Amino acid sequence: MIEEKFDAIVVGAGMAGNAATLTLAQRGLKVLQLERGEYSGSKNVQGAILYADMLEKLVPDFREDAPLERHLVEQRFWMMDDNSHVGLHYRSEEFNEEKPNRYTIIRAQFDKWFSSKVKEAGATVLCETTVTELIQDAYGRVIGVRTDRAGGQIHADVVVLAEGVNGLLGTRAELRPRPKPENVALAVKEMHFLPRETIEARFNLKGDEGVVIEAAGTISRGMTGMGFIYANKECVSLGIGCLVSDFQKTGETPYGLLERFKSHPSVAPLIEGSEVKEYAAHLIPEGGFKAIPQLYGEGWVVVGDAAQLNNAIHREGSNLAMTSGRIAAEAIFQIKSRREPMTAKNLALYKAMLDESFVMKDMKKYKDMPALMHINSQNFFLTYPQLVSKAMQNFVRVDGTPKVEKEKRSLRAFVEARSWLGLFGDAFRIARAWR
Amino acid sequence: MSEPTKAPAASAGSRAATKKELPEHFKSYKHVWVFIEQERGQVHPVSWELMGAGRKLADKLNVELAAVVIGPEGESTAQAAAEAFCYGADLAYMVADPLLTDYRNEAYTKALTDVVNTYQPEILLLGATTLGRDLAGSVATTLLTGLTADCTELDVDTDGSLAATRPTFGGSLLCTIYTLNYRPQMATVRPRVMPMPERVEHPVGRIITHPLGLVEDDIVTKVLSFLPDRDSAKSNLAFADVVVAGGLGLGSPENFQLVRQLASVLGAEYGCSRPLVQKGWVTSDRQIGQTGKTIRPKLYIAAGISGAIQHRVGVEGSDLIVAINTDKNAPIFEFAHVGIVTDAIRLLPALTEAFRARLSPHSRDRIAS
Amino acid sequence: MHIVVCIKQVPDSAQIRVHPVTNTIMRQGVPTIINPYDLFALEAALALRDQHGGEVTVLTMGPPSAADSLRKALTFGADRAVLLTDRFFAGADTLATTYALATAIRKIGETFGAPDLVFTGKQTIDGDTAQVGPGVAKRLGLLQLTYVAKISALDLDNKTIEAERRSEGGVQILQTRLPCLITMLEATNEIRRGGMADALRAARAEVVTWSAKDAGVEDITKCGLRGSPTIVKRVFAPQARAEKATMVDFSDTPPADALIAELFKRQPKLETELATLARGY
Ligand SMILES: Cc1cc2nc3c(=O)[nH]c(=O)nc-3n(C[C@H](O)[C@H](O)[C@H](O)COP(=O)(O)OP(=O)(O)OC[C@H]3O[C@@H](n4cnc5c(N)ncnc54)[C@H](O)[C@@H]3O)c2cc1C
Ligand SMILES: Cc1cc2nc3c(=O)[nH]c(=O)nc-3n(C[C@H](O)[C@H](O)[C@H](O)COP(=O)(O)OP(=O)(O)OC[C@H]3O[C@@H](n4cnc5c(N)ncnc54)[C@H](O)[C@@H]3O)c2cc1C
Ligand SMILES: Nc1ncnc2c1ncn2[C@@H]1O[C@H](COP(=O)(O)O)[C@@H](O)[C@H]1O
Repeated sequence: MIEEKFDAIVVGAGMAGNAATLTLAQRGLKVLQLERGEYSGSKNVQGAILYADMLEKLVPDFREDAPLERHLVEQRFWMMDDNSHVGLHYRSEEFNEEKPNRYTIIRAQFDKWFSSKVKEAGATVLCETTVTELIQDAYGRVIGVRTDRAGGQIHADVVVLAEGVNGLLGTRAELRPRPKPENVALAVKEMHFLPRETIEARFNLKGDEGVVIEAAGTISRGMTGMGFIYANKECVSLGIGCLVSDFQKTGETPYGLLERFKSHPSVAPLIEGSEVKEYAAHLIPEGGFKAIPQLYGEGWVVVGDAAQLNNAIHREGSNLAMTSGRIAAEAIFQIKSRREPMTAKNLALYKAMLDESFVMKDMKKYKDMPALMHINSQNFFLTYPQLVSKAMQNFVRVDGTPKVEKEKRSLRAFVEARSWLGLFGDAFRIARAWR
Repeated sequence: MSEPTKAPAASAGSRAATKKELPEHFKSYKHVWVFIEQERGQVHPVSWELMGAGRKLADKLNVELAAVVIGPEGESTAQAAAEAFCYGADLAYMVADPLLTDYRNEAYTKALTDVVNTYQPEILLLGATTLGRDLAGSVATTLLTGLTADCTELDVDTDGSLAATRPTFGGSLLCTIYTLNYRPQMATVRPRVMPMPERVEHPVGRIITHPLGLVEDDIVTKVLSFLPDRDSAKSNLAFADVVVAGGLGLGSPENFQLVRQLASVLGAEYGCSRPLVQKGWVTSDRQIGQTGKTIRPKLYIAAGISGAIQHRVGVEGSDLIVAINTDKNAPIFEFAHVGIVTDAIRLLPALTEAFRARLSPHSRDRIAS
Repeated sequence: MHIVVCIKQVPDSAQIRVHPVTNTIMRQGVPTIINPYDLFALEAALALRDQHGGEVTVLTMGPPSAADSLRKALTFGADRAVLLTDRFFAGADTLATTYALATAIRKIGETFGAPDLVFTGKQTIDGDTAQVGPGVAKRLGLLQLTYVAKISALDLDNKTIEAERRSEGGVQILQTRLPCLITMLEATNEIRRGGMADALRAARAEVVTWSAKDAGVEDITKCGLRGSPTIVKRVFAPQARAEKATMVDFSDTPPADALIAELFKRQPKLETELATLARGY
């Protein structure tokens, strides 16, 4: 056993763990971070979009040396049926600002950079070290961790669990329940490498401009899920994710979905001729507000994906992870400054501070969304996209049918498929969940 | 060799610009030499392969091709020199001394460096064997000249310099390397990369002998003993006419037996891809590819091998490549000549039986009677 | 006893991509690793230290980021790490590399005690020459044992070492004098996993970082690009074969028969050749 004791141990070097460790080290605490991967980011999968604001709070001048891919100037939403998509595009020159708001990044590289900042701040970072167990005293207080290295027990005043969505430590120690299949999505992702110029031509970009496409519809075969395409400098990240419970129910395979998504006539030309690297699968917590577990206890706090802090509707995760990590660290610092122990009572400060932040406010706002999407997945992801597509085609195609007749036909198709009551019901439910 | 990592495209221009006139004292360096490698009285075939390549370079440069034979005094070394003439040498340099019976770096480095300094070749080729690489590294450093290792192609440029092409980045790229202002230009080539030239009966030509100039006490390293590879276990993979190999697609060490069975019916050697060695299913001397053996058989059958670039570079010289794979998009079909999309675990036994029936139709009867 | 182990940080060649159009290397996101062959050298050195006492110093020449590899070597249990980094070293070929490494090893000797043994890997996966080891030995005037599979005896009092060396067709058992340089053969051991104490020490250790000047390089023209007699003139992708594989159709014959028929159709002489071979066994 290691005699040395730390002020805090952070488990995990993802977005949440790095934010927490950085903040703790910046505040002068003696902190040890443990990561099972070969390096920070080596096990991390993300599309990925970085939200500048949350990172600025941690590393104000990050734009100077962080490995950023492209800043986003355009967002596309596609509603897809098997052969078509109906799209909404928003592009603005205003996104070409001095300090852009959103960037595409490659997590493996970004996390490595983030980790270098953590080390510079003075934290001790150990990779290739898996925490196997939380050490609890006779009263159930968490007092340290056990790892898979020889002689690898270490003690600390508080353990920050930033172990990601699957977080076995917390669930094994029964600090929180295992996430339910209907509360997690399984996403698969590939990186498609292409020459820079090809990407810029295909996505209508210049310089470091970037674009995001989010896609929903029949690509998820009636399951609750979404596809995404992000343009990076020399590669396109592309993936699709659906709820685990839906996969279980339908017997669809994530890989099968991804293959279909890639061969969709709207998608295939974007990645044609590319070289594929890195096929990866990862879970995303999508249970929303109602799935958030207990966030703190005697000698521990939980942050990021492990705490189910993820906004599925806006596809935000890393910013909630960073923010929860930072806030937990600030709470710990305050308690430490007051020379008080890391009891559940004191650590409740973390929850209180989080409630005041955008994190909990956003989570609360969409609290009914997951259930809604889930119950109505057939309509949202199969029926509507097909109807909308038919209606659009009907509208665009010139074939001698009088326009009045065309409109009637489209409307009839909608009503037949979902009945008036159903349509109103869906609209009402979405509005209420959004409000 | 230089590392192309540093900026391949840019370096070409900037570095070529550093080329100056060949320093005066190197201008007397002439002719192409091949180091004839012997170990325990046997000439390594790579030396003859290099004679073939060396002959072409010498003809292009309009210079002589010399064999450098270093070994113990006596029959075998003299015989090696005599053979060199049958493989195209115009002359031979010979250092024969009892101290050279076993390969030892100190003595061989001294012998080779001395002949180079005395007779001054412009090109010196060695096999990229354990002996060749051990020796080439020491000799090049002693002579302070450039050395391009593991070449796959040797040519003479318009200005007369040696253009040595070799794989880099694990075979995903090739690069051509020059030694511009230094002599000799040294290169090593792996066995079986160059084709074996035809042997033509030829009387012994000019032999120039050179003394070693060492006594045993000068040599620190002693050979305590030599354990030859046991013949039964020894793989002759690199020189086999037919090779059957298996990859991860076979799924288990038990299924790898299917590869051995087919090989045995064909009188072939068996080999494998790297993961099988890493998993401990097959011994490392059976690995084919960049970090294993290069093969050049008449027939190569690959079962359950995806055809990664590192594997590809080791088999590309085969006359006929047959790939068995369940995935019709497997990269191996890009360089195989004949492909079949099916389960190797089921095909291999059937293939073994079919070949057995076809190649020795009476074998069954004999067993029966 | 003091052992110096030379390790190199290399791009993981399995993950290198070549740009399909321009044939240049696409380096984005290619992770780096310790040259896998060097791990066998490092483990051999650590095992000798555990047995005979002493210290292991790991040395690398490379960019500042190569410190990651050194730190990893410390995690495995090495005692000290030296990073040789300077823009003058960039673009080195084997000859220039051996000059820099040999100079640094001399300096290590002066600073931390003369080494009894220097280890290198058999070869790197990027340069892949297997020449740096022999070159360093030559420059330092050390005896060299290449392709060593096993160190069978080490006598520090009499300064002798006995080792099994892989050679063509067999194994040589050699005896030589210390100090010497050993290039270690692959698959001869398995790198250990450092314990928590080693990992903690490594995470906090200072990597000794030397510029060319710090290392005592006297002649900068012998380093890097300028000190390299070889130059890379052209880098290009291997040519794709124009002809596609003939795919065997076995819709109406058993697959084995269909395949054999295709082979013999393609190369009619093959059947007799195979028959001759088969009989030989
Ligand atoms: C396909 C996909 C696309 C996404 N796209 C976006 C996006 O565009 N924008 C966005 O904001 N969010 C996105 N997200 C969500 C975002 O990736 C996550 O919310 C965020 O990474 C969570 O950070 P974290 O630190 O909580 O967890 P993680 O990043 O998962 O980090 C957990 C870390 O802990 C380590 N660990 C776990 N257990 C142990 C243990 N026992 N011992 C030691 N180490 C351990 C893991 O190795 C890992 O490094 C996406 C997610 C996916 C899967
Ligand atoms: C530095 C370096 C050096 C390397 N050197 C070498 C080397 O010298 N030699 C080497 O081989 N590799 C080498 N490799 C490894 C190489 O990159 C590949 O990983 C390796 O060749 C893959 O082996 P494989 O084809 O057996 O396995 P996989 O790539 O896993 O392929 C298995 C194949 O089997 C097929 N398959 C599955 N089931 C069946 C079935 N029932 N019937 C038929 N087919 C089936 C699959 O479709 C697949 O194509 C090296 C790698 C590195 C990084
Ligand atoms: N830049 C370097 N720094 C340290 N050691 C090196 C370096 N380059 C090569 N080596 C060592 O030399 C061995 C042979 O390298 P190579 O000749 O490139 O195949 C490697 O296994 C390393 O041990």
